[in-house]
Amino acid sequence: MPSTTIAGRQINVNDEGFLVDPDDWTEELGAEFARLIGVEMTEDHWKLVNYLRQDYRAQGETPTLRRVSTQTGMPVKQLFTLFPGKPAKKMAYVAGVPKPKGCV
Amino acid sequence: MTTIDHDVQTETPFVPSFDTPSEEGRKLAIICSKGTLDMAYPGLILGNAALGEGIETHLFFTFWGFDMINKKTQSSLKATLLGNTAMHMPQGLGGIPGMTHLATSQLKKAIAELDIPEVPDFLDQIVASGGHLWACRLSADMNHLTEADLRDDVEGIISASDFIEMTAGAQLLFI
Repeated sequence: MPSTTIAGRQINVNDEGFLVDPDDWTEELGAEFARLIGVEMTEDHWKLVNYLRQDYRAQGETPTLRRVSTQTGMPVKQLFTLFPGKPAKKMAYVAGVPKPKGCV
Repeated sequence: MTTIDHDVQTETPFVPSFDTPSEEGRKLAIICSKGTLDMAYPGLILGNAALGEGIETHLFFTFWGFDMINKKTQSSLKATLLGNTAMHMPQGLGGIPGMTHLATSQLKKAIAELDIPEVPDFLDQIVASGGHLWACRLSADMNHLTEADLRDDVEGIISASDFIEMTAGAQLLFI
């Protein structure tokens, strides 16, 4: 299992670079993950990240983009604006949870 | 100036590569030619997935696939046993009145349980994700339909050669 040093902490990541243990996550780490992938965190970003962490804890899996949109009430278009390109994967990375498995 | 400690601190962190150069400029075109509920979904699911991966995606609706973007029919696509042996029911049953309705509502229920949107909502999501919808000129002419009959987010009714031209270099899926 690879490990890497981010925000001054040594953390275990998987082959793609995602945090292995969501319990290792801190807000500071999340902010640094975001900076490293070129995302500038705003209140809306944090709202999504916190929702992802809370839903992951409750459901045992990372919500898909559709679920994020329907559950938070944030339009899909805005998700693409906040986390451009690959929103589902990028927000999962920042939130320190695995990338979503669902298809839709 | 540079201490050893500093070097350790600035060691390049291992970060997922979300924007790999090989995917730069990747483009996908999906031809949706079917008007049954079960065959509407593969194109929608794959198109939606491609958009979520940051891939430029175009959906081209032709022939029976027009029912997916026709305002009158997009909410009432149906699934049928007839001609579909993968339903694993005697084909004779498919002709009994009410069987198509039953198959359709069963499929809709299964789809809803997975939190997958109905066709019009799914197309809304695809457009919100940056997807492009196009209609086939010949199909429109054959069915005497104009842009007014189609979803407002259909970007245009285009000819087969327009489609070929605009999908230069794209990966193609025919459904």
